[in-house]
Amino acid sequence: MSDIAERGYARPDVLVSTDWVAAHLNDPNIRIVESNEDQLLYPSGHIPGAVQVDWAADLNDPLRRDYLNRDGFEKLMSRIGATRDTDIVFYGDKSNWWATYAFWVFQLFGHTNAKVMDGGRLKWEKEGRPLTREVPSYPATTYVASDRDDTRIRIFRDEVLKKLGGGTRLVDVRSPQEYSGERTHMPEYPQEGVLRGGHIPGAKSVPWARAANPEDGTFKSAAELKAIYEEEQGLNPANDIIAYCRIGERSSHTWFVLSYLLGYPNVRNYDGSWTEWGNSVNVPVER
Amino acid sequence: MTDMPEGLKTLLEDFQFADRSERIDMLIEYADRFQEVPERIATRPFPEEHHVQKCESEAYVWAEDLPDGTLKFHFAVENPQGLSAKAWAVIMDETLSGQPLEAVAETPGDSVFTVFGKDVSMGKGMGLMGITDLVTTYARQRLKARQRA
Repeated sequence: MSDIAERGYARPDVLVSTDWVAAHLNDPNIRIVESNEDQLLYPSGHIPGAVQVDWAADLNDPLRRDYLNRDGFEKLMSRIGATRDTDIVFYGDKSNWWATYAFWVFQLFGHTNAKVMDGGRLKWEKEGRPLTREVPSYPATTYVASDRDDTRIRIFRDEVLKKLGGGTRLVDVRSPQEYSGERTHMPEYPQEGVLRGGHIPGAKSVPWARAANPEDGTFKSAAELKAIYEEEQGLNPANDIIAYCRIGERSSHTWFVLSYLLGYPNVRNYDGSWTEWGNSVNVPVER
Repeated sequence: MTDMPEGLKTLLEDFQFADRSERIDMLIEYADRFQEVPERIATRPFPEEHHVQKCESEAYVWAEDLPDGTLKFHFAVENPQGLSAKAWAVIMDETLSGQPLEAVAETPGDSVFTVFGKDVSMGKGMGLMGITDLVTTYARQRLKARQRA
Protein backbone atom coordinates (compact mmCIF):
# COMPACT_ATOMS: atom_id res chain seq x y z
CA MET A 1 0.00 0.00 0.00
CA SER A 2 1.23 3.48 -0.83
CA ASP A 3 2.19 6.07 1.76
CA ILE A 4 -0.74 7.46 3.70
CA ALA A 5 -0.08 10.98 2.38
CA GLU A 6 -0.42 9.76 -1.21
CA ARG A 7 -3.81 8.11 -0.84
CA GLY A 8 -5.92 11.23 -1.22
CA TYR A 9 -7.60 11.16 2.19
CA ALA A 10 -9.44 14.22 3.47
CA ARG A 11 -7.74 13.89 6.87
CA PRO A 12 -4.48 12.00 6.40
CA ASP A 13 -3.36 13.28 9.81
CA VAL A 14 -5.62 10.78 11.61
CA LEU A 15 -3.67 7.83 10.25
CA VAL A 16 -0.12 6.88 11.17
CA SER A 17 2.00 4.12 9.69
CA THR A 18 3.63 1.23 11.54
CA ASP A 19 6.99 2.93 10.79
CA TRP A 20 5.78 6.07 12.52
CA VAL A 21 4.62 4.12 15.58
CA ALA A 22 7.92 2.22 15.72
CA ALA A 23 9.73 5.57 15.79
CA HIS A 24 7.51 6.91 18.60
CA LEU A 25 7.50 3.99 21.03
CA ASN A 26 9.20 6.05 23.72
CA ASP A 27 7.53 9.37 22.97
CA PRO A 28 5.96 10.60 26.24
CA ASN A 29 3.33 12.58 24.34
CA ILE A 30 2.05 9.47 22.61
CA ARG A 31 -0.03 6.76 24.21
CA ILE A 32 -0.46 3.66 22.10
CA VAL A 33 -3.77 1.93 22.77
CA GLU A 34 -4.69 -1.56 21.62
CA SER A 35 -8.39 -2.43 21.24
CA ASN A 36 -9.36 -5.86 20.00
CA GLU A 37 -12.27 -8.15 19.53
CA ASP A 38 -10.19 -11.07 20.80
CA GLN A 39 -9.55 -10.53 24.50
CA LEU A 40 -6.53 -12.86 24.39
CA LEU A 41 -4.50 -10.87 21.88
CA TYR A 42 -3.21 -8.01 24.02
CA PRO A 43 -2.07 -10.18 26.97
CA SER A 44 -0.44 -12.64 24.56
CA GLY A 45 1.74 -9.90 23.04
CA HIS A 46 1.37 -6.22 22.16
CA ILE A 47 3.39 -3.29 20.88
CA PRO A 48 5.93 -2.35 23.57
CA GLY A 49 4.47 0.37 25.76
CA ALA A 50 0.92 -0.08 24.50
CA VAL A 51 -1.98 -0.16 26.95
CA GLN A 52 -5.23 -2.00 26.41
CA VAL A 53 -8.67 -0.44 26.22
CA ASP A 54 -11.23 -3.19 26.16
CA TRP A 55 -14.49 -2.56 24.34
CA ALA A 56 -16.58 -4.39 26.91
CA ALA A 57 -14.77 -3.82 30.19
CA ASP A 58 -13.61 -0.24 29.62
CA LEU A 59 -15.96 1.41 27.15
CA ASN A 60 -19.38 -0.02 28.02
CA ASP A 61 -21.40 0.93 31.07
CA PRO A 62 -21.66 -2.25 33.15
CA LEU A 63 -25.35 -1.74 33.91
CA ARG A 64 -27.12 0.36 31.29
CA ARG A 65 -26.78 -0.24 27.58
CA ASP A 66 -24.63 2.82 27.09
CA TYR A 67 -21.03 3.93 27.08
CA LEU A 68 -19.02 5.05 30.04
CA ASN A 69 -19.93 8.47 31.41
CA ARG A 70 -17.68 11.47 31.87
CA ASP A 71 -16.46 10.25 35.26
CA GLY A 72 -15.67 6.82 33.80
CA PHE A 73 -13.80 8.38 30.88
CA GLU A 74 -11.74 10.54 33.22
CA LYS A 75 -10.81 7.45 35.24
CA LEU A 76 -9.93 5.53 32.09
CA MET A 77 -7.67 8.32 30.84
CA SER A 78 -6.06 8.60 34.25
CA ARG A 79 -5.39 4.84 34.28
CA ILE A 80 -3.66 4.91 30.91
CA GLY A 81 -1.69 7.99 31.93
CA ALA A 82 -3.13 10.33 29.31
CA THR A 83 -3.79 14.04 29.50
CA ARG A 84 -5.86 16.13 27.11
CA ASP A 85 -2.65 16.86 25.21
CA THR A 86 -1.65 13.22 24.79
CA ASP A 87 -1.89 11.87 21.27
CA ILE A 88 -3.73 8.58 21.45
CA VAL A 89 -2.80 6.11 18.72
CA PHE A 90 -5.28 3.26 18.41
CA TYR A 91 -4.60 -0.08 16.80
CA GLY A 92 -6.16 -3.51 16.98
CA ASP A 93 -7.26 -6.70 15.30
CA LYS A 94 -9.74 -7.17 12.46
CA SER A 95 -8.43 -4.34 10.26
CA ASN A 96 -8.78 -1.92 13.16
CA TRP A 97 -12.49 -2.59 13.53
CA TRP A 98 -12.30 -2.33 17.35
CA ALA A 99 -9.69 0.39 17.26
CA THR A 100 -12.05 2.64 15.32
CA TYR A 101 -14.82 1.75 17.79
CA ALA A 102 -12.63 2.97 20.67
CA PHE A 103 -11.65 6.01 18.57
CA TRP A 104 -15.37 6.79 18.11
CA VAL A 105 -16.11 6.52 21.83
CA PHE A 106 -13.14 8.82 22.57
CA GLN A 107 -14.62 11.36 20.16
CA LEU A 108 -17.87 11.38 22.17
CA PHE A 109 -15.71 13.04 24.85
CA GLY A 110 -13.94 15.29 22.39
CA HIS A 111 -10.46 13.77 22.68
CA THR A 112 -9.47 14.92 19.21
CA ASN A 113 -5.76 14.16 19.67
CA ALA A 114 -6.43 10.70 18.30
CA LYS A 115 -5.05 8.64 15.45
CA VAL A 116 -5.28 5.12 14.10
CA MET A 117 -2.28 2.98 13.12
CA ASP A 118 -2.97 1.93 9.54
CA GLY A 119 -3.07 -1.86 9.21
CA GLY A 120 -3.42 -2.45 12.94
CA ARG A 121 -2.05 -5.58 14.60
CA LEU A 122 -2.02 -7.58 11.40
CA LYS A 123 0.40 -5.27 9.60
CA TRP A 124 2.62 -4.83 12.65
CA GLU A 125 2.88 -8.61 13.08
CA LYS A 126 3.37 -9.30 9.38
CA GLU A 127 6.29 -6.89 9.36
CA GLY A 128 7.90 -8.90 12.14
CA ARG A 129 7.93 -5.98 14.55
CA PRO A 130 8.40 -6.59 18.28
CA LEU A 131 5.61 -7.67 20.62
CA THR A 132 5.83 -8.01 24.37
CA ARG A 133 3.75 -9.51 27.16
CA GLU A 134 4.98 -6.88 29.59
CA VAL A 135 2.08 -4.67 30.64
CA PRO A 136 3.31 -1.08 31.08
CA SER A 137 2.30 1.16 33.91
CA TYR A 138 2.13 4.93 33.60
CA PRO A 139 1.76 7.50 36.36
CA ALA A 140 -1.91 8.33 36.86
CA THR A 141 -2.98 11.66 35.43
CA THR A 142 -5.73 14.07 36.28
CA TYR A 143 -7.86 14.24 33.18
CA VAL A 144 -10.76 16.65 33.01
CA ALA A 145 -13.08 15.46 30.27
CA SER A 146 -15.73 17.33 28.38
CA ASP A 147 -19.29 16.17 28.86
CA ARG A 148 -20.14 13.34 26.52
CA ASP A 149 -21.70 14.76 23.37
CA ASP A 150 -24.23 12.29 21.98
CA THR A 151 -25.54 14.62 19.29
CA ARG A 152 -22.75 15.06 16.78
CA ILE A 153 -21.58 11.56 15.85
CA ARG A 154 -24.14 9.36 17.61
CA ILE A 155 -27.83 8.86 16.90
CA PHE A 156 -30.63 7.13 18.77
CA ARG A 157 -33.49 4.99 17.51
CA ASP A 158 -36.27 7.59 17.76
CA GLU A 159 -34.23 10.06 15.72
CA VAL A 160 -33.56 7.39 13.11
CA LEU A 161 -37.29 6.66 12.94
CA LYS A 162 -38.07 10.33 12.33
CA LYS A 163 -35.59 10.44 9.49
CA LEU A 164 -37.02 7.47 7.59
CA GLY A 165 -38.34 8.43 4.20
CA GLY A 166 -36.47 11.74 4.22
CA GLY A 167 -33.16 12.56 2.66
CA THR A 168 -31.01 10.74 5.21
CA ARG A 169 -28.95 7.89 3.81
CA LEU A 170 -28.64 4.72 5.86
CA VAL A 171 -25.64 2.44 5.47
CA ASP A 172 -26.00 -1.09 6.82
CA VAL A 173 -22.46 -2.39 7.30
CA ARG A 174 -23.34 -5.93 8.42
CA SER A 175 -22.82 -9.04 6.35
CA PRO A 176 -25.16 -9.65 3.40
CA GLN A 177 -26.77 -12.51 5.37
CA GLU A 178 -27.59 -10.21 8.27
CA TYR A 179 -28.86 -7.50 5.89
CA SER A 180 -31.19 -9.94 4.15
CA GLY A 181 -32.49 -11.30 7.45
CA GLU A 182 -31.17 -14.79 6.79
CA ARG A 183 -29.01 -14.57 9.93
CA THR A 184 -29.98 -12.76 13.09
CA HIS A 185 -27.87 -13.96 15.99
CA MET A 186 -26.04 -16.91 17.41
CA PRO A 187 -28.12 -19.73 18.73
CA GLU A 188 -27.65 -20.05 22.51
CA TYR A 189 -26.43 -16.46 22.71
CA PRO A 190 -29.48 -14.47 23.70
CA GLN A 191 -27.47 -11.41 24.80
CA GLU A 192 -27.28 -10.17 21.27
CA GLY A 193 -30.40 -11.93 20.07
CA VAL A 194 -32.96 -10.25 17.86
CA LEU A 195 -36.55 -11.20 17.17
CA ARG A 196 -36.72 -9.96 13.59
CA GLY A 197 -34.22 -10.19 10.75
CA GLY A 198 -33.77 -7.72 7.92
CA HIS A 199 -32.68 -4.12 7.70
CA ILE A 200 -33.93 -0.59 8.28
CA PRO A 201 -36.03 0.46 5.27
CA GLY A 202 -33.99 2.22 2.64
CA ALA A 203 -30.61 1.17 4.03
CA LYS A 204 -27.92 0.24 1.54
CA SER A 205 -25.75 -2.77 2.23
CA VAL A 206 -22.04 -1.94 2.32
CA PRO A 207 -20.22 -4.47 4.54
CA TRP A 208 -17.66 -2.57 6.63
CA ALA A 209 -14.67 -4.70 5.63
CA ARG A 210 -14.87 -3.53 2.02
CA ALA A 211 -13.03 -0.40 3.15
CA ALA A 212 -9.93 -2.37 4.17
CA ASN A 213 -7.33 -4.39 2.32
CA PRO A 214 -7.64 -7.92 3.71
CA GLU A 215 -3.99 -8.85 3.19
CA ASP A 216 -2.59 -6.24 5.59
CA GLY A 217 -5.60 -4.52 7.20
CA THR A 218 -4.74 -1.10 5.73
CA PHE A 219 -7.43 1.27 4.57
CA LYS A 220 -8.15 1.44 0.87
CA SER A 221 -7.19 4.64 -0.95
CA ALA A 222 -9.63 7.53 -1.23
CA ALA A 223 -10.19 6.68 -4.90
CA GLU A 224 -11.06 3.09 -4.05
CA LEU A 225 -13.33 4.21 -1.21
CA LYS A 226 -15.10 6.71 -3.47
CA ALA A 227 -15.68 3.93 -6.00
CA ILE A 228 -17.55 1.98 -3.31
CA TYR A 229 -19.44 4.69 -1.44
CA GLU A 230 -19.95 7.31 -4.16
CA GLU A 231 -19.96 5.60 -7.55
CA GLU A 232 -21.59 2.36 -6.40
CA GLN A 233 -23.84 3.60 -3.58
CA GLY A 234 -24.43 7.17 -4.71
CA LEU A 235 -23.39 8.83 -1.46
CA ASN A 236 -21.87 12.29 -1.45
CA PRO A 237 -20.37 14.57 1.19
CA ALA A 238 -23.56 16.66 1.39
CA ASN A 239 -25.59 13.68 2.62
CA ASP A 240 -26.83 13.22 6.15
CA ILE A 241 -25.60 9.66 6.78
CA ILE A 242 -26.33 7.06 9.46
CA ALA A 243 -24.22 3.93 9.71
CA TYR A 244 -25.35 0.93 11.73
CA CYS A 245 -24.53 -2.73 12.28
CA ARG A 246 -25.54 -5.02 15.17
CA ILE A 247 -24.26 -3.20 18.26
CA GLY A 248 -22.48 -0.22 16.71
CA GLU A 249 -18.90 -1.48 16.50
CA ARG A 250 -18.53 -2.41 12.83
CA SER A 251 -20.35 0.78 11.91
CA SER A 252 -17.68 2.76 13.80
CA HIS A 253 -15.22 1.59 11.16
CA THR A 254 -17.46 2.89 8.37
CA TRP A 255 -18.10 6.10 10.34
CA PHE A 256 -14.32 6.60 10.55
CA VAL A 257 -13.84 5.94 6.83
CA LEU A 258 -16.61 8.30 5.73
CA SER A 259 -15.84 11.04 8.26
CA TYR A 260 -12.06 11.16 8.15
CA LEU A 261 -10.81 9.42 5.03
CA LEU A 262 -13.50 10.84 2.73
CA GLY A 263 -14.21 13.95 4.82
CA TYR A 264 -18.00 13.67 5.03
CA PRO A 265 -19.16 16.16 7.70
CA ASN A 266 -22.50 14.60 8.68
CA VAL A 267 -22.05 10.95 9.55
CA ARG A 268 -23.49 9.44 12.70
CA ASN A 269 -23.24 6.00 14.21
CA TYR A 270 -26.51 4.39 15.32
CA ASP A 271 -25.04 2.19 18.04
CA GLY A 272 -28.42 0.78 19.08
CA SER A 273 -28.18 -0.82 15.65
CA TRP A 274 -29.94 -4.05 14.74
CA THR A 275 -30.04 -5.47 18.27
CA GLU A 276 -32.29 -2.54 19.16
CA TRP A 277 -34.16 -2.08 15.88
CA GLY A 278 -34.82 -5.79 15.34
CA ASN A 279 -36.29 -6.10 18.83
CA SER A 280 -38.36 -2.91 18.75
CA VAL A 281 -42.13 -3.14 18.56
CA ASN A 282 -43.86 -1.59 15.57
CA VAL A 283 -40.85 -0.23 13.72
CA PRO A 284 -40.67 -0.86 9.97
CA VAL A 285 -38.40 -3.61 8.73
CA GLU A 286 -37.38 -4.39 5.18
CA ARG A 287 -36.02 -7.65 3.78
CA MET B 1 -28.84 -38.97 27.55
CA THR B 2 -25.08 -39.28 28.14
CA ASP B 3 -23.19 -36.76 30.21
CA MET B 4 -20.49 -34.67 28.65
CA PRO B 5 -16.92 -35.94 29.19
CA GLU B 6 -15.69 -35.59 32.78
CA GLY B 7 -12.63 -33.53 31.77
CA LEU B 8 -14.78 -30.97 30.02
CA LYS B 9 -17.18 -30.83 32.96
CA THR B 10 -14.30 -30.09 35.35
CA LEU B 11 -12.86 -27.48 32.99
CA LEU B 12 -16.21 -25.73 32.67
CA GLU B 13 -16.50 -25.62 36.47
CA ASP B 14 -13.02 -24.07 36.68
CA PHE B 15 -13.94 -21.38 34.17
CA GLN B 16 -17.34 -20.74 35.65
CA PHE B 17 -15.80 -19.33 38.82
CA ALA B 18 -12.79 -17.63 37.22
CA ASP B 19 -12.67 -13.86 37.10
CA ARG B 20 -11.85 -12.12 33.85
CA SER B 21 -8.12 -11.95 34.41
CA GLU B 22 -7.83 -15.59 35.55
CA ARG B 23 -9.90 -16.63 32.56
CA ILE B 24 -7.59 -14.81 30.16
CA ASP B 25 -4.44 -16.24 31.77
CA MET B 26 -5.84 -19.76 31.55
CA LEU B 27 -6.87 -19.30 27.93
CA ILE B 28 -3.46 -18.00 26.92
CA GLU B 29 -1.86 -21.04 28.55
CA TYR B 30 -4.12 -23.24 26.44
CA ALA B 31 -3.35 -21.26 23.28
CA ASP B 32 0.39 -21.57 23.95
CA ARG B 33 0.02 -25.36 23.86
CA PHE B 34 -1.55 -25.34 20.38
CA GLN B 35 -0.02 -27.81 17.95
CA GLU B 36 -1.04 -27.80 14.34
CA VAL B 37 -2.45 -30.89 12.66
CA PRO B 38 0.46 -33.27 11.86
CA GLU B 39 1.42 -33.79 8.22
CA ARG B 40 0.46 -37.45 8.40
CA ILE B 41 -3.16 -36.27 8.86
CA ALA B 42 -3.30 -33.29 6.52
CA THR B 43 -1.17 -30.88 4.51
CA ARG B 44 -1.96 -27.56 2.85
CA PRO B 45 -4.12 -26.72 1.04
CA PHE B 46 -6.49 -28.11 3.63
CA PRO B 47 -9.64 -29.63 2.20
CA GLU B 48 -12.82 -27.58 2.44
CA GLU B 49 -14.80 -30.33 4.17
CA HIS B 50 -12.61 -29.82 7.26
CA HIS B 51 -13.05 -26.05 7.24
CA VAL B 52 -15.08 -24.60 10.12
CA GLN B 53 -17.91 -22.54 8.74
CA LYS B 54 -18.37 -19.00 10.09
CA CYS B 55 -14.95 -19.03 11.77
CA GLU B 56 -13.02 -15.89 10.86
CA SER B 57 -9.84 -17.49 12.19
CA GLU B 58 -9.87 -19.99 9.33
CA ALA B 59 -10.01 -23.03 11.56
CA TYR B 60 -9.97 -26.65 10.36
CA VAL B 61 -10.83 -29.82 12.27
CA TRP B 62 -9.92 -33.46 11.65
CA ALA B 63 -10.89 -36.61 13.55
CA GLU B 64 -8.44 -39.51 13.62
CA ASP B 65 -9.82 -42.96 14.47
CA LEU B 66 -8.04 -44.55 17.40
CA PRO B 67 -7.81 -48.34 17.90
CA ASP B 68 -10.19 -48.23 20.88
CA GLY B 69 -12.95 -46.73 18.74
CA THR B 70 -12.59 -43.21 20.08
CA LEU B 71 -11.34 -40.16 18.15
CA LYS B 72 -8.26 -37.97 18.37
CA PHE B 73 -9.05 -34.43 17.21
CA HIS B 74 -6.57 -32.33 15.25
CA PHE B 75 -6.83 -28.67 14.34
CA ALA B 76 -5.34 -25.97 12.18
CA VAL B 77 -5.89 -22.23 12.65
CA GLU B 78 -4.71 -20.29 9.62
CA ASN B 79 -5.19 -16.80 11.05
CA PRO B 80 -2.04 -15.99 13.09
CA GLN B 81 -4.23 -13.76 15.28
CA GLY B 82 -6.72 -16.55 15.92
CA LEU B 83 -5.64 -16.99 19.51
CA SER B 84 -9.08 -17.76 20.89
CA ALA B 85 -9.57 -20.37 18.20
CA LYS B 86 -6.23 -21.95 19.15
CA ALA B 87 -7.14 -21.97 22.86
CA TRP B 88 -10.51 -23.51 22.11
CA ALA B 89 -8.94 -26.12 19.82
CA VAL B 90 -6.57 -27.20 22.62
CA ILE B 91 -9.49 -27.38 25.06
CA MET B 92 -11.46 -29.50 22.62
CA ASP B 93 -8.48 -31.82 22.08
CA GLU B 94 -7.53 -32.17 25.75
CA THR B 95 -11.07 -32.78 26.99
CA LEU B 96 -12.68 -34.68 24.09
CA SER B 97 -9.97 -36.71 22.31
CA GLY B 98 -10.09 -40.35 23.42
CA GLN B 99 -13.45 -39.91 25.16
CA PRO B 100 -16.54 -42.04 24.48
CA LEU B 101 -18.19 -40.84 21.30
CA GLU B 102 -21.59 -40.64 22.97
CA ALA B 103 -20.19 -38.16 25.48
CA VAL B 104 -18.34 -36.13 22.82
CA ALA B 105 -21.56 -35.85 20.83
CA GLU B 106 -23.23 -34.31 23.90
CA THR B 107 -20.78 -31.41 24.20
CA PRO B 108 -23.02 -28.40 24.80
CA GLY B 109 -22.69 -25.63 22.25
CA ASP B 110 -22.89 -22.94 24.92
CA SER B 111 -19.76 -24.24 26.68
CA VAL B 112 -17.95 -21.60 24.57
CA PHE B 113 -19.60 -18.90 26.67
CA THR B 114 -18.80 -20.59 29.98
CA VAL B 115 -15.14 -20.60 28.98
CA PHE B 116 -14.82 -17.25 27.20
CA GLY B 117 -17.42 -15.34 29.20
CA LYS B 118 -20.37 -13.39 27.97
CA ASP B 119 -18.17 -10.64 26.55
CA VAL B 120 -17.24 -12.75 23.56
CA SER B 121 -18.51 -11.04 20.42
CA MET B 122 -21.09 -12.60 18.15
CA GLY B 123 -18.60 -13.18 15.33
CA LYS B 124 -16.06 -14.85 17.55
CA GLY B 125 -18.68 -16.88 19.40
CA MET B 126 -20.08 -18.20 16.13
CA GLY B 127 -16.63 -19.26 14.96
CA LEU B 128 -15.81 -21.04 18.21
CA MET B 129 -19.18 -22.77 18.26
CA GLY B 130 -18.45 -23.84 14.69
CA ILE B 131 -15.35 -25.68 15.90
CA THR B 132 -17.43 -27.52 18.51
CA ASP B 133 -20.09 -28.28 15.90
CA LEU B 134 -17.55 -29.99 13.66
CA VAL B 135 -16.08 -32.00 16.56
CA THR B 136 -19.50 -33.24 17.67
CA THR B 137 -20.51 -33.89 14.05
CA TYR B 138 -17.52 -36.23 13.61
CA ALA B 139 -18.50 -38.08 16.80
CA ARG B 140 -22.10 -38.45 15.63
CA GLN B 141 -21.00 -39.64 12.19
CA ARG B 142 -18.88 -42.41 13.75
CA LEU B 143 -21.74 -43.40 16.06
CA LYS B 144 -24.14 -43.66 13.11
CA ALA B 145 -21.64 -45.69 11.11
CA ARG B 146 -21.22 -47.99 14.10
CA GLN B 147 -24.99 -48.46 14.37
CA ARG B 148 -25.25 -49.28 10.66
CA ALA B 149 -22.41 -51.84 10.85
